[in-house]
Amino acid sequence: MNSVHDLGGSEGFGSIHPEPEDIEPIFHNWWEGRVYALVRMLGLFGLWNIDMSRHARERLHPVDYLRNSYYENWLAGLETQLFESGLVTMEELLEGIAKGPAPKELRERVLLPSDVKNTPLVRMSYFRDTDAIPKFKVGDAVRAINQHPTSHTREPRYVRGHSGVVHEHYGAQVFPDLSVKGVDEGHHLYSVRFEASELWGADGASNTAVYVDLWEDYLEKSI
Amino acid sequence: MNMSEHHHEHTEPPSSTELRVKSIESLLVEKGLAKSETIDMIIDTYETKIGPSVGKAIVAKAWVDPQFKADLINDPHSALSGFAEIGAQGEQIRILENTDQVHNLVVCTLCSCYPWPILGLPPVWYKSAPYRSRAVADPRGVLAQFGTNIPENVEIRVWDSTSEMRFLVLPQRPEGTEDWPEEKLISLVSRNSMIGVEKVKLQTEELIHE
Repeated sequence: MNSVHDLGGSEGFGSIHPEPEDIEPIFHNWWEGRVYALVRMLGLFGLWNIDMSRHARERLHPVDYLRNSYYENWLAGLETQLFESGLVTMEELLEGIAKGPAPKELRERVLLPSDVKNTPLVRMSYFRDTDAIPKFKVGDAVRAINQHPTSHTREPRYVRGHSGVVHEHYGAQVFPDLSVKGVDEGHHLYSVRFEASELWGADGASNTAVYVDLWEDYLEKSI
Repeated sequence: MNMSEHHHEHTEPPSSTELRVKSIESLLVEKGLAKSETIDMIIDTYETKIGPSVGKAIVAKAWVDPQFKADLINDPHSALSGFAEIGAQGEQIRILENTDQVHNLVVCTLCSCYPWPILGLPPVWYKSAPYRSRAVADPRGVLAQFGTNIPENVEIRVWDSTSEMRFLVLPQRPEGTEDWPEEKLISLVSRNSMIGVEKVKLQTEELIHE
C-alpha cells in the first residue's frame, strides 16, 4: 500500500541524530523491551506471520505512524493483531481485563523462561522450493513494474517504473503480497541494481547505485 | 479495525503508552498467553547477550584469513555455518566488501530489517525516518552526517533490505594494523562500520601506542 512507511526518497524529516554506539541503550524505556518481547512471543504461536505484522504497522494512520516512536508502532500493531486474530476482544483490550482464558491449545504452548535460554529467538528460513522456472538471470535488464496495490507489498515506490540489472538470483522466497493473506508460497527473488541517475534523474548522486531485492512478480523485461 | 482509530494516542501524554503496555501485558498473562518471567528473560538476553559481537568476530576473522574472506563473499551460507549464533540462517545473509573502489551502505526504507543474529537489535537512528528516507537518495549526504566522507571516485552502493535477505558490510582493515592479532582487531570493529555509515578507524591513543 502507498503510505508513509514507504520512506525511500522522501524529504523533510531533518537530520540524523545518532547516539554514540558505545552508550546507546538497547531499550530507551522500560516498556520498550516488554513490547518487543511480547511481539516475539506472541508471534511464535503462528497465528500471524511477519508480513501480517508489518502490514498491521503500515495500516496505522500516517500521522500516528510518523509521530509514534518505533516501539509505539509495534505496540499498536500488536493490539491490531490480537484483536483481528480473535485472541482478545476489543472490550478486553480497552479494559485490560480478561473475560476468559485463551484456548487450551495455545496456553499449553506459552513460552517459558527456560525456552529462551541464552540464544536469540531463532529466525526462520523464508526460502521455499518451487517448480517455477526463473524468468530472469544475472545480467538481465529488468524494469520494476508500475503497480499500486492497496494491500501489503515490498516493492518500494521509488523503484516503480525504473529499469535496472539483475545482480543475483537468490532462489525462491515467501512472496509478501500473498503471505500477508496467509498464503505461504515461494516466488523467485532477485537483487536488482539501479543506477542513481535512473532513479533520481539529474538529482541522483554520481557514481552511486541502489540494490533492491525484488520478487519476480514485481519485474518485467526491459529493452 | 485499527486500534489507533480508537486511541488517538498522539494527542495523549506519553504515560498513556506505559499504561497500555502494563494493561496488555497483564491481559495476556491473565489469558495464559504470556509469562512475565519470560518477558524478563527475553529483555535480559537482548540487553546483555546479543549484540554486534558476532559481526565483529566475522570481520576480524575475514581480515586475517583470506580463504575465510573469499568463502564469506562467495558462499556465506557455508562460511557462516561455524558460528553457532547464525547456524542455518547464513543462507539469508550476504557480505558486502568495502574496497578502494566500492563503499557499501545498508538501509531498510520500508521498515527496520537488520541482521539481528549478527548485530543484535538496530540503533534508533537506523529505524528513524531521516535515515530511511535519505539513504537511498542522498547516501553521501547521509554519510557526511556520520562524519564519513567517501571520495567521488569511490562508487557507493546502497542496499535496501526489502526481502528476508540480510546484509553485513565488511569494512576495510585500517592501515597500521598489519601486525595486530585477531583478538585485538575484534575490539577495533564498530557496529556502525558493519552497517556502512562509518569506516573502521584507529583511535588517537592506539595510533600513539603503535
